[in-house]
Amino acid sequence: MTVTAVLFWLVAGLTGGSALMVVLSQNIVRAAAWLLFTLAGTAALYFLLAADFVGATQLIVYVGGTLVLVVFGVMLTAQGPFVTMKAGAAEWAVTTVVGILFFGVLVATASFTVWPTTPPERADAAFSSTTQQLGEAFLGATEAMPRANLTGLPAGARAEHRQQVAYLLPFEIISVHLLVVLIGAAYLARAKRRREVAA
Amino acid sequence: VVSFLTEYGLSPVLAGFIVAFIAAVVLVTFVALSAVFFIWLERKVAGRIQDRLGPTRVGGKFGWLQTIADGLKLIAKEDTIPADADHFLFRIAPYIAFCGAFVAFLALPFGNYAVAKEMNVAVFFMLAVMSSEVFGIILAGYGSGSKWSLFGGIREAAQVVSYEVPRAIGVLVPVIVAGTLNLNTIGRNQAGGIWNWYVFHDPFTLAAFFIFFTCGTASCKRAPFDLAEAESELVAGFHTEYSGLRWSLFFMAEYGAMFAISGIATILFLGGWHLGFLPGDLSEMLGTSGSVGWFIGNVINVCVFIVKGWLLVFVMMWVRWTLPRLRIDQVMMTCLKYLLPIACVLLLGVSVWQLAVPPLIRDYVRYGITAVSLGLLALFLVRVLSAAPPKGMIPPSMDSWTPHPAETHT
Repeated sequence: MTVTAVLFWLVAGLTGGSALMVVLSQNIVRAAAWLLFTLAGTAALYFLLAADFVGATQLIVYVGGTLVLVVFGVMLTAQGPFVTMKAGAAEWAVTTVVGILFFGVLVATASFTVWPTTPPERADAAFSSTTQQLGEAFLGATEAMPRANLTGLPAGARAEHRQQVAYLLPFEIISVHLLVVLIGAAYLARAKRRREVAA
Repeated sequence: VVSFLTEYGLSPVLAGFIVAFIAAVVLVTFVALSAVFFIWLERKVAGRIQDRLGPTRVGGKFGWLQTIADGLKLIAKEDTIPADADHFLFRIAPYIAFCGAFVAFLALPFGNYAVAKEMNVAVFFMLAVMSSEVFGIILAGYGSGSKWSLFGGIREAAQVVSYEVPRAIGVLVPVIVAGTLNLNTIGRNQAGGIWNWYVFHDPFTLAAFFIFFTCGTASCKRAPFDLAEAESELVAGFHTEYSGLRWSLFFMAEYGAMFAISGIATILFLGGWHLGFLPGDLSEMLGTSGSVGWFIGNVINVCVFIVKGWLLVFVMMWVRWTLPRLRIDQVMMTCLKYLLPIACVLLLGVSVWQLAVPPLIRDYVRYGITAVSLGLLALFLVRVLSAAPPKGMIPPSMDSWTPHPAETHT
């Protein structure tokens, strides 16, 4: 086994283990702490793949944003000192079925996909131009994934007829959406003053 | 270095591990030692600003060894866990905080060739990792099972989530000028004269430097933004219940994060490891890669970088002991009403500046800003250093303080 493989199995094992603990722990904030390790482990997998941008985004969005908000919400709303959750039998049944179905989908996807057998090019995080490629792909100047083979196309319908895809418009829509949410949140949270009624 | 080790018959894998191990050990040592230095400095600065002496006894005249004595005390202290605390969260929180602050150093270049891992998205990586430091602090606040800690945690969460936004936008301003997120490239771009530093590049980067530094101070929860700690109202906020080594881990994290923020500011705005008057990179001027001159140049570069970072940390301490603490609504208002809109305007402004303003005007503005800022800075320093003590006060000669004879005999 190569070093990368050893690191992969190590990180993947820790990620999977802490994901299991997220499900098994009944205290919300403990689950959030385990989720931290799950998300950090996922980010570490991205770093192993030399996809630094995605890894850093994973950390800043989920760890720095979502998890903090989860704990913040619990701290603001909890009645007792530590919140515990008891799942009922119906919830157990539903989640088990959904979980098994989802796992089945994942296993099927992984086993039916024809994975490329050629060893991938060795990527170095420092010299691969990931952000530049991302930016150019947003503008449609280059293909988003120039080296990847498209899957799911019928045989013969290769990339010649594929149009250049630019992501600038969806990106802008999401940006404006987020800005609206920000302003809306500030508006909702503003200090409300009663207008003085003229006597 | 990896190739150097492989020449001596080590396998590349082992050599890689050894180099990674050395880099990690050097970084941990640096973070720990600079924390030792900063704690001593903080006490001295606080003392001087409050017209006291600070530590004077331990280790000779200036109290050099005060932090070592503190450290020994902390190691010897009992590691208590309150009965009401959530033990798992309470134990793990300091480590999360410290890891967050420490891992950020992996991508921080101390010099052009002195970086643990050169990354394409280094500045983004550092901000992302440092945002997980916050999570440790919030967990500590929640897991302590104490109302003081809980309040500290809530305040920290509210404050940091808000300040992350203008901080990130403030980082984007020099990144737009540089055209890359790679801190090594950003540092290299600022070689040469002091007018090449990005802080003087245009009016927007000059303002962005102050925005970023303010938000950075807030994200290190330093005063005037130290609401999570707030000693006078929340006892010690999120670390009320901590003692011994776990408590000191929080402090290592805080001082580590202060230097990391100062380091990012140094590279993004203050020319990184460049002295400001040499035409190129010092290590490359003194010799080719691998030669002795190159090595010496690198050492000097690292020293220049560290001194710049220390100066910014000193400014943070200065601010801390000068300004009063803000209230939580004032903190949020500063961020959402002032810093965030200003940062957005700066982002738009620098984009327009890069696109629309002709290079000749840009150059003149750059020289002008450099001259004016340096002049103002010099004026400021002269005023501060030559300030006469207020009337009726004895000029302090602090390090040679002796008790008044009348006091000793009573």
